Amino acid sequence: MSNKGRIERLFETRTGHEKIMSLFLTAGYPDPSETVALVRELETSGADILELGMPFSDPLADGPTIQYASKVALEQGVNLDSIFGMIREIRKTSQIPIVLMGYINPVLQYGLDAFFRKAKASDADGIILPDVPPGEFPEIEDLCRKHGIDSIHLVAPNTSDSRMQEIDRASRGFVYCVSVTGVTGTREGDEVSRSVSGFIQRVRKNVTRNPVLVGFGIRSHADAMAVSSETDGFIVGSALIDYIRGIYPGPDWIKKTGDFVRELKYGSQIREKSTHP
Amino acid sequence: MDIEKKIDSRFGSLPDNRGFYGKFGGRYVPEILIPALDELAGAFFAAMKDPAFQQHFTSLLHEYVGRETPLTYAGRLSEHFGKARIYLKREDLCHTGAHKINNAVGQVLLARRMGKTRIIAETGAGQHGVATATVCAYFGMTCIIYMGAEDIVRQKLNVDRMRLLGAEVRPVESGAKTLSNAINEAIRDWVSNVEDTFYIIGSAVGPHPYPMMVREFQSVIGKETIDQSLEQEGRLPDYVLACVGGGSNAIGMFHPLLSYENVRLYGIEAAGEGVQTPRHAATLSGGLPGILHGSLSYLLQTQYGQIAEAHSVSAGLDYPGVGPEHSFLRDSGRVTYAAVTDSDALDGVQLLSSKEGIIPALETAHAIAYLDTMMPKTQPDEFVVINCSGRGDKDMETISKFMNRT
Repeated sequence: MSNKGRIERLFETRTGHEKIMSLFLTAGYPDPSETVALVRELETSGADILELGMPFSDPLADGPTIQYASKVALEQGVNLDSIFGMIREIRKTSQIPIVLMGYINPVLQYGLDAFFRKAKASDADGIILPDVPPGEFPEIEDLCRKHGIDSIHLVAPNTSDSRMQEIDRASRGFVYCVSVTGVTGTREGDEVSRSVSGFIQRVRKNVTRNPVLVGFGIRSHADAMAVSSETDGFIVGSALIDYIRGIYPGPDWIKKTGDFVRELKYGSQIREKSTHP
Repeated sequence: MDIEKKIDSRFGSLPDNRGFYGKFGGRYVPEILIPALDELAGAFFAAMKDPAFQQHFTSLLHEYVGRETPLTYAGRLSEHFGKARIYLKREDLCHTGAHKINNAVGQVLLARRMGKTRIIAETGAGQHGVATATVCAYFGMTCIIYMGAEDIVRQKLNVDRMRLLGAEVRPVESGAKTLSNAINEAIRDWVSNVEDTFYIIGSAVGPHPYPMMVREFQSVIGKETIDQSLEQEGRLPDYVLACVGGGSNAIGMFHPLLSYENVRLYGIEAAGEGVQTPRHAATLSGGLPGILHGSLSYLLQTQYGQIAEAHSVSAGLDYPGVGPEHSFLRDSGRVTYAAVTDSDALDGVQLLSSKEGIIPALETAHAIAYLDTMMPKTQPDEFVVINCSGRGDKDMETISKFMNRT
């Protein structure tokens, strides 16, 4: 591809030591008619990348939070066409990099070719399919390249050095570093940063072509800073959805979510920093 | 002994080295599980080549499980149809009451060989859970069983058995609260405890090497059936029937027979309230290929690729997927798959109980019920083998309700 994608440009243009924050939100959670407004708030509050979850009935790599959000979204009729519609709406006012994240089966039933054409047409930037590790489904890798969709893969603490290099080669955009062996939302408390640091150093050594974002179990700015000190940034999903679940549909829930997101990114000294790069 | 001619060696050589049966199978799992599956496959293939492992497995099947199980001539059942002779492969006589323990013994031995100390498993009807809890008790290993809350209610006896055997039974409250949800939860546990935990899958499903591993540990059923058929009838059967949920008893029976062209193989699924209704579990008859629980296979799913809820009166068949090798055998035409409704299966329980004094599991009863369709086509000089995969004690509550209704 001669044109650089939004994700690549984002990492090139970020300033100094600022950590990139990617937020995961299940498309249509908590209410499909509010997704576009919610995403706008996430972006103005400091989200650099949006991972839009494509809900699946059997999310076997996810903990209770994302299982719940997926169920809520599905009950409200969210499907891939409505998600492409949301992305088109978001694109009317936003250039935030959007990564579709979800399980392979709904994509397979949609039709692989149709899916990638529509994803590109709606101007999505990347895809994460947690149940399709590199090498298992070559056709998907080909379609990503053909349509200029970044293919993002995961590395885990038990991934070998050579496998990390393979994953780095198969990925484009960034590599998603899963900080603990577990499902999404897994938290190991204060142990996270200590147990993670050796692993992150191994990732840094073996993942050289792509930026690295670290995720799983990050619930606060302090968590984020602790685990992402040696990476390009961090990913928050379950903590965001838990926060929304706690306040929705109370007054100003979107605005309050924005405050939560600013706190995640900038910590308590938010007023001393610019609210947006 | 010279038995019938082989048709095609391709059936015996699958899966390929990436775990595919044609286009079906594979390892569609989170990256965290890839090293675990590599380690498992390595240990499994090494164990299969290790005479000491094989010997230990065989001796446990003999001394603890009670193998070999008989091939019983069902005289009054045969008379009832007045056509071919019917035999029952008596997996119901295995210790714990079903074929599931063959695989549980094999996988626990493998876990021990790999140094894993914590065993987890899913269960639907509870037979796999009971089998796993049994073998764990025998070896003194920690055992956690995931079971749908709905199944816990309808298979209460088996829940009590598992607890008595020292296993922890963890109720799964998500989705339809049945087998499929229990597998999701077991996989989540495995993802979270991958270093010390061995996940014993009970059916011929899941990512490679599970479908193959379960088949190999269950193929003792088909191998014994071949030997016993030769001994008792002097030749191989003309028809072989087995029920199919995930398909472990069926693949164990079918696989050694695949290359004998004269043996007609029938896999019987659960049609629930009818394959034309939304309430069935007949994946191969009414599903489409898709990916669930780590492999590509036929699946019950919506037009959007969401997994549909299966329904069967039999908890062990109540699963929206099926083993990938069955999908391959369906498409290749080697095995004929058909489906039988809940009420026909309950009639099947009564038929076998009254004619032979054998109360079959509701799962097994699906294969029995299919005799109504199949037997008229048979000839008096032919013979049929039904895999009697389990006994029906665990289903007495459901069966009693049905009997009192009619």
